[in-house]
Amino acid sequence: MAQMNMLQAINNALDIAMAEDKNTLCFGEDVGHFGGVFRATSGLQDKYGKLRCFNTPLVEQGIIGFANGLAAQGSRPIAEIQFADYIFPAFDQIVNEAAKFRYRSGNEFNVGKLTVRTPYGGGIAGGLYHSQSPEAYFAHTPGLKVVVPRNPYQAKGLLLASIRDDNPVIFFEPKRLYRASVGEVPEEDYQLPLGKAEVVSEGTDITLLAWGAQMEVLQKAADLASNDGISCEVIDLRSILPWDIETIAHSVIKTGRLLISQEAPLTAGFASEIAATIQKECFLHLESPIARVCGLDTPYPLALEKEYVADHLKIFEAIKDSVHF
Amino acid sequence: MSSEPYPDGPVVHQPSFIDGSSVEIPELKILKQDGSVYAGSDLPTMDQTLALKVYKTLAFHRVLDERMVASQRQGRVSFYMAALGEEAASVGGAAGLQPQDMIMSQYREQGALMFRGFSLENFMNQMFSNKDDLGKGRQMPIHYGSRELNYMTISSPLGTQIPQATGYAYGQKLQGLDAVTLCYFGEGAASEGDFHAGLNMAAVQAAPVIFFCRNNGYAISTPSDEQYKGNGIASRGVGYGIKTIRVDGNDILAVIKATQLAREYALAENAPVLIEAMSYRLGAHSTSDDPSGYRTREEEEKWQANDPILRMKNWLVAQAWWNEQQENELFETLRAKVLAAVKVSEKIDKPHIDTLITDVYDSPSSQLIAQLEQVKAHVKKYPQAYPFTAGKF
Repeated sequence: MAQMNMLQAINNALDIAMAEDKNTLCFGEDVGHFGGVFRATSGLQDKYGKLRCFNTPLVEQGIIGFANGLAAQGSRPIAEIQFADYIFPAFDQIVNEAAKFRYRSGNEFNVGKLTVRTPYGGGIAGGLYHSQSPEAYFAHTPGLKVVVPRNPYQAKGLLLASIRDDNPVIFFEPKRLYRASVGEVPEEDYQLPLGKAEVVSEGTDITLLAWGAQMEVLQKAADLASNDGISCEVIDLRSILPWDIETIAHSVIKTGRLLISQEAPLTAGFASEIAATIQKECFLHLESPIARVCGLDTPYPLALEKEYVADHLKIFEAIKDSVHF
Repeated sequence: MSSEPYPDGPVVHQPSFIDGSSVEIPELKILKQDGSVYAGSDLPTMDQTLALKVYKTLAFHRVLDERMVASQRQGRVSFYMAALGEEAASVGGAAGLQPQDMIMSQYREQGALMFRGFSLENFMNQMFSNKDDLGKGRQMPIHYGSRELNYMTISSPLGTQIPQATGYAYGQKLQGLDAVTLCYFGEGAASEGDFHAGLNMAAVQAAPVIFFCRNNGYAISTPSDEQYKGNGIASRGVGYGIKTIRVDGNDILAVIKATQLAREYALAENAPVLIEAMSYRLGAHSTSDDPSGYRTREEEEKWQANDPILRMKNWLVAQAWWNEQQENELFETLRAKVLAAVKVSEKIDKPHIDTLITDVYDSPSSQLIAQLEQVKAHVKKYPQAYPFTAGKF
């Protein structure tokens, strides 16, 4: 075990993936010699050469188009989109191409070896275009897997699983935690399962569900609630698509209450999908309406970021509302 | 790390604007319409066997297109896209490659797939979306693909295959393969962002990819002079630092020659090449289109005189490699075969209902399995409403 921050854990996972397969490549804007603007790919070009770790021109649709071609050819591309806010020029290559490659060809071809890494989320005074959480756009696309880790240990294990998974994966990295989140991470190779949520702490009164950086906020709210004598079951969804209905439903049947928190705006976020499914699965067990604590339905603000975000106090209030419904 | 952002150029002290006139783009022509060859031409590497294979592919192409347009009019297939008048571009491109080279096409390059040996049955099964279609009946007619023949399955969004071809070729280079990727697209698709992304990345990342633009004058109804103002598509290759050639797209010998040289160069130098083949879409864009609304009969007649298939036939006859009797026999046989194949494929069952959820992922998620079970229960309840699948599971 070693102490690593999330960037070191990600860098370590990429190093393992590149060492084990000479057809694995890392590329994107500033990814080469510089090691990426967040330094997630530091040292990889020196170690594996410019043919396998390199800068691309500044063209997101090109980066993902190029990656799709590589994956179809049998290479294992790990493409970086510098900020999730800038993934939209590549939307067509992701939702119309990567996601549909296997289905439309009857499995003559597939891009299962593709992984797209991209930093997402707010809390860094990044304003409209360095703060977004666009996971729900991709969750609406059959054929993709969408994964979000909450800490360095999860990041390494889930990233290695994503790289080796035989489906295209969008791996959203909570950039607020890149350096802020530090923890014990095994230096050796390990994987964590895709499509499986994790019960982080057990409780009896209400289920709290989130993913990525929002897990830290959720835990803070659970601690506040605990002081008030409310027992929270805290779950990290980890995979947005496909998602683990069973673990969530099992927990909600036990607690009778569910609160979902996401950084992204309220309307049509992934929390909405979860709420719809869980009310169907657990209808007769619910003691209160399923609560969603999310960003406002506005672009991501700058000066008023604190007021905008789904912070621990808003969640704490929603927990009390649910329990005392 | 070093870079030199500004290439050398003369320094001037009076403003001097440049434009396209400073780059002259020649057009390669080898074969005349009467079947004779321009003096001083370098012919492609092609023996009689290859020449006859190319010609028979062209003939098959024309017959299949004619019969399938007719089948669409009869309501037997829902949709078709013919390549009348520009068959030489796709067949010639494929003929200039090796079988291990990947072809990534747009949607009007069925000729390249025919040259690779995709069977008549495979074409038919795709167009009739039946259970024997390699694509499992999931895409509209003409979206072919074959792993075995190194022909990437076609997708409808325009230009998306261009940066993919760059990536595919980069992978071939990385693995040291004796193979390149050839990417077809039209002059209309060259307006898409993916064109610029793909070409620039190919030059920067040094990928052995041949970009093959079929400039056929029209994107559905939009003529090329409403598509771009530069000197065709070739002028853009120069801007991206890509070796570029323009050819007469109705001249099969020029197309094959240019492609052979492009392949050699791409492989030896690990660098992209752009070929712009000038042609004309004599037919409609698709069976859903009617060109009489946007162009004149006179314009079409002018191009009918440039028929690439007749031009090649004239050359073959001049070589004494072909005669009228062979010509008649070939076309008669092909017509009969295509008609018979239509009758077989249209009667083959649609794909099994279980294929609704396969290939979304490498294996179906539990959510997908549950959704399929729901659909099956529903179909069983209302079998008359779902005649393709009811009673078959």
